[in-house]
Amino acid sequence: MCTSIIEVVRAEGMAKRGDQWFPLSQTVVAYDHARHAPLGDVITLDFVNGELGAGARAGVELTLETAKELRAALDRAIAAADYEEAEVRGKGGVPRLVRAA
Amino acid sequence: MSFYRGMTCENVTIKGDKGTPITAYVARPAGPGPFPGVVLIHHLPGWSELYIETTRRFAHHGYLAICANLYEREGGGSDGNPDDVAAKVRAEGGIADSQMVGDTEAAVKWMRAQPDCNGKVGLIGSCSGGRHAFIYACQKHDVDAVVEQWGGGVVMAASELNDKKPKAPIDMTAGLSCPLLGIFGNDDRAPSPEQVNQHEAELKKQGKTYEFHRYDGAGHGFFYWHRPLYRAEQCMDAWGKIWAFFGKHLAK
Repeated sequence: MCTSIIEVVRAEGMAKRGDQWFPLSQTVVAYDHARHAPLGDVITLDFVNGELGAGARAGVELTLETAKELRAALDRAIAAADYEEAEVRGKGGVPRLVRAA
Repeated sequence: MSFYRGMTCENVTIKGDKGTPITAYVARPAGPGPFPGVVLIHHLPGWSELYIETTRRFAHHGYLAICANLYEREGGGSDGNPDDVAAKVRAEGGIADSQMVGDTEAAVKWMRAQPDCNGKVGLIGSCSGGRHAFIYACQKHDVDAVVEQWGGGVVMAASELNDKKPKAPIDMTAGLSCPLLGIFGNDDRAPSPEQVNQHEAELKKQGKTYEFHRYDGAGHGFFYWHRPLYRAEQCMDAWGKIWAFFGKHLAK
């Protein structure tokens, strides 16, 4: 399948390729045939920095099923992180849980 | 000549679209020739080892073959890792159809300038390269036969058109200038069997010379021996169709 299913979002952080960490500028999410994984169509995640060249890339190919599990894990972790942020900063947390950071 | 022909391979630089130099891999059969020429258009995964190997396969069968790196501009040169370069191109929504036509025209001209080419040139591509091969054969009239392997995006909705892909290839069918061989897997979703039907209906409507072969039990990319998509029986049958097609139309 030659899909045009692709999403590109801003990324702040770093990724590791080999022994080198590099700063990120974008995350590219796609659904297309796998290039390396011994699978058919896959969700691909490319963490990249275009300014550093095409080699500044940490790529992942996941089955659709495990990509959904990753999404769920991200949702859980982000929800918990949002709660932590709210608690520490007192922004939107349950009042009885808010304390001075 | 021994049963297995020798060959020499090298990278050459050609003047691509707008005169930009790009690298192309050439496989030249041993012997004086003249040889029919084949220009390969690589797929979305890029100027990959599979395409370099396939270029040599054509030389092994007696064709002078060339495969240009259509992603060289995007990858910072010919030494860029094709896998990373292809990921970058994917993120950018592919390359412009017009740039592909300019680069492929350079490869065709290179071929026609070779003293050991017999003056006949075939074009072949798979995946995005299949779409590109069809576009080229509709826009330019300097190839003698074209093979389109599961070209995704020949049929396009208006919403899919953009600056890089301003016109759906199916709407270029009237310009097709040479015989077309189409190879498709019936389990493919891009192109789907319905899109292949539309493609064929337009070829019929325009009175074009073509033959389509559709394989059951095969999906997208069933020639790719290194992928789980590979289907040996269907692939080898289709290779037979390619040799017969090019044998007929590129002989002199």
